[in-house]
Amino acid sequence: MALILLAFLVGPIIMIVIVSFWGATEYSIYPAFQFDNYEFLFGSSVTYTVFFNTFKYAAITWALTLTIGFTVAYFLAFEVRTLKWQIALFLICTIPFWTSNIIRMISWIPFLGRNGLANTTLISWGVIDEPLEWLLFSDFSVILAFVHLYTLFMVVPIFNSMMRIDRSLIEAARDGGASGWQTLRHVIIPLCKPGIMIGTIFVTTLVMGDFITVRFMSGSQRANVGRLISNDISLLQYPSASATAVILLATVLIVIGLLLRLVDIRKEL
Amino acid sequence: MERRSRSFYILSAFFALFVLFLYGPIVTIGILSFQGPQGGLTFPMDGVSLYWFRDLFQEQAVGDIWGSFRRSFTLGLIVMVTTVVVSVLGGLAFRKRFGGATVLFYLAIASLVIPSILISLGVGLIYNQLGLPVHWASSGFGSQLTWTLPFGLLIMFAVFNRFDKSFEEAARDQGASAWQTFAYVVLPIIAPSLLGVALFGFTLSYDEFARTLLTAGSYNTLPLEIFGMTTNVTSPVIFALGTLTTLFSFFIIGFFFLALWLISRRKDTSSDAGKGMV
Repeated sequence: MALILLAFLVGPIIMIVIVSFWGATEYSIYPAFQFDNYEFLFGSSVTYTVFFNTFKYAAITWALTLTIGFTVAYFLAFEVRTLKWQIALFLICTIPFWTSNIIRMISWIPFLGRNGLANTTLISWGVIDEPLEWLLFSDFSVILAFVHLYTLFMVVPIFNSMMRIDRSLIEAARDGGASGWQTLRHVIIPLCKPGIMIGTIFVTTLVMGDFITVRFMSGSQRANVGRLISNDISLLQYPSASATAVILLATVLIVIGLLLRLVDIRKEL
Repeated sequence: MERRSRSFYILSAFFALFVLFLYGPIVTIGILSFQGPQGGLTFPMDGVSLYWFRDLFQEQAVGDIWGSFRRSFTLGLIVMVTTVVVSVLGGLAFRKRFGGATVLFYLAIASLVIPSILISLGVGLIYNQLGLPVHWASSGFGSQLTWTLPFGLLIMFAVFNRFDKSFEEAARDQGASAWQTFAYVVLPIIAPSLLGVALFGFTLSYDEFARTLLTAGSYNTLPLEIFGMTTNVTSPVIFALGTLTTLFSFFIIGFFFLALWLISRRKDTSSDAGKGMV
């Protein structure tokens, strides 16, 4: 276990850090110790735009997945009464997770395209006259795909936390005269915090590290940090890709570090 | 029985919409893959045929779908076995305190949350600099493990946190050796969860894309092949392929649940070890 993680996790990261200081020519990379890559990175306005974009995606996706995920988990945990139904409905939510992400992205295209289902339906209902251009290959479609792919990472941990809430607490709250809304606000949400945190960690890191969804759903018109890296890679500019990767890694770790202060994952399993 | 409140119906509707949101697109491409020979990538349907499925089985202009499918399948199996074995051992090890346990735990978490392209890039670079050829069964295999192992380990944590130690103590008191205790007491109890770990190991590997991107070498795995197709194939053949792989995934999932059901039925005293964390 430790060996595998060392070889394929720690090793690569060290390698990236080392290579991020190397120099590059058109065709090859050579060992060096220079800050050129970082200077270039911090000197370019593209970097800031792209990092801003990444945070924007992460924030919007987080808010949406949290809302949807919490509602779904709440429904499963508190409104569905029998365990059998809970398991069955829960599985319905989980199964797509085990299928291919790429296929799930592709499948939005006939839906959102210029002549796609969404546009034709809206036109036939008379809601719009012209097909909407911003449905596909835009920020909208990128975030839609993120929400589609990653809401599950919110549902599962929140559901897990909710199932551990002692039902008598809720009864107690009701007996004490709390309204449904007050119970939710003062009893359920605080007790779900660990689940929410774990979901948050998953969603933010997945979105921040993603490059393929952005590339695919935006038709290469939008960028985030992951795409910056993958572009450099395809140009064989490994050192500058590595430098970007180091910055991304640092950002992600800071975010997680902040989140981990709020919850102890190991206790919550 | 208490009457259902209004919120129940609202939330049910919300849930139904969510399920529709999850499955709608997949169903759409499922339908579109039966597009007639002249049909395009979107509706309307131009006749109904199996044309694109037939097309899939014939020689392709680009790529090697069946070769990549075989590779993905093999790799999935290897990753699955490794994940199960290592996470059980890891889970057992973590029940006792040992030096570096915390570090290893955080390492596993880190492995889960680190952007996958970094793993891909790093492994690719190491192989590159060492002069080793990247190949799906060596570097690709390792990179996928950084994704499946933490999942397996977390499931094992969940299992062992709920594990009743008195079973083991009882076995030991009856004079069972450490190995016997494991093989006849612990293993049967955790068996359903092992199936869960195996399912994770296989499906995560089978669908893995970003980690394999720079580490698979010249022989592609299926997700890489599909991705390649999205950039240069513009016919419903890609929907046909998508439908087939999704069906295959469903088949695998169904297979695991069938196995799970058979196991839990065989045991009269079924444990709840595998529930609640699927």
